[in-house]
Amino acid sequence: MDGRSVVPPYLQIVQQVKQALRMGVLDVGDKLPTVREVVAATAINPNTVLKAYRDLERDGLVEARAGHGTFVRHRPPGPSPGTHSRLGRSLIRWVAEAREAGLDDEAMESLLQVALRAETEEEIA
Amino acid sequence: MIGVQAVPEVPTAIRTSGLSKRYRRVTALSDCTITVPEGRISALIGPNGAGKTTLLRLLAGLTRPTSGELTVNGGIPRQDPAFLANIGFLAQEIPLYRRLSAEDHIQAGAHLNPHWDGESVRERLRALTIPLDRAVGTLSGGQRAQVALALTLAKRPRLLLLDEPVAALDPLARRNFLAILADAVAAGDLTVVLSSHLVADAERVCDHIIMLASSRVQLCGDIDTVLAEHQILVGPRKDTSAIERNHRLVQVTRTPRQVTMLVRLNGPVIDPAFQVSDVSLEELVLAYMGQDAPPVLAELSSIGDDQ
Repeated sequence: MDGRSVVPPYLQIVQQVKQALRMGVLDVGDKLPTVREVVAATAINPNTVLKAYRDLERDGLVEARAGHGTFVRHRPPGPSPGTHSRLGRSLIRWVAEAREAGLDDEAMESLLQVALRAETEEEIA
Repeated sequence: MIGVQAVPEVPTAIRTSGLSKRYRRVTALSDCTITVPEGRISALIGPNGAGKTTLLRLLAGLTRPTSGELTVNGGIPRQDPAFLANIGFLAQEIPLYRRLSAEDHIQAGAHLNPHWDGESVRERLRALTIPLDRAVGTLSGGQRAQVALALTLAKRPRLLLLDEPVAALDPLARRNFLAILADAVAAGDLTVVLSSHLVADAERVCDHIIMLASSRVQLCGDIDTVLAEHQILVGPRKDTSAIERNHRLVQVTRTPRQVTMLVRLNGPVIDPAFQVSDVSLEELVLAYMGQDAPPVLAELSSIGDDQ
């Protein structure tokens, strides 16, 4: 949880669960921690956790089974965890190369931004 | 509030209307109208002297209003066992008997309270490895606060009122304290009002905010809703009267070329000259607190104009 982020805490939970599903950290059938477990570990408002779980349920990613907990039902649409980790690894190599060449974090971030924009414009053109 | 919420009605734990409290010539609280639905953890935020403690004491029935109305758990706060049985109040100075142990306090509580859950105190304190048999005066400040909170929860109140409970604690003790609090709410049937000036803690553990400044309520509502109702507008320095007509201006900073406004929205901002962005709870709280200090803003703009 990032206390300084403008992203509301419940959305941070939703995004983290989705991220874990994409990366394969969480899999179909896995049980999410109970609301009380999350609350006891993080001191986050229980209603916030509930709201996040309801959002995930509405998206069809998890299902609440009465008396048993909340379980992963589907992975979010998109490429498989394998594709994610392969692309992640090649990005890490790119970062190492950029670091070698003397770029700092900020320079790399702006390069990524430029690349994303250029690619989007190409698609439109 | 903007718009009418059509969500299913949640019963309210607290409802006040035009509540005021004067001590001789000093107005501690003025025209306070708030609603707190059941099950919320509400942050009572405001600078020192804003009326936070007065509001908590009114809600706990420890003092009576000069004018206005209030309902707590459906009843009128008063010194009456039936009302007080459902209220937990933890004062700033953590009222424990320093020479008695936590276990002594648990035994005493059992004699004084109708539905006392002493075992819950033992469980909570054991989980935090706080000794039950040592005089509480020999425990650390953080441990004492935990003992006091656990004892207050053992009463099984429906409304818990906490006056700056975490202000004196170190970050870890604060996190542990708030985790117990959040867990108690998760366990059901408890509403909390927690006064604090630590916005970061509030943002994490609270889902509702009551903001006081200069004895008046500036904001009251669910944090998500309140944040969604406010935006920061940044644009060229030009006539802002159209914005001011349609929305409520909370704070404005002007430099020679640019104007930054924090507004309470009354519909969408259509003017494309303004860049619209979300506001964090901390920015929002500071903006409402800063409403008392226009000279600082005037100075800022005059420095800019000279350049």
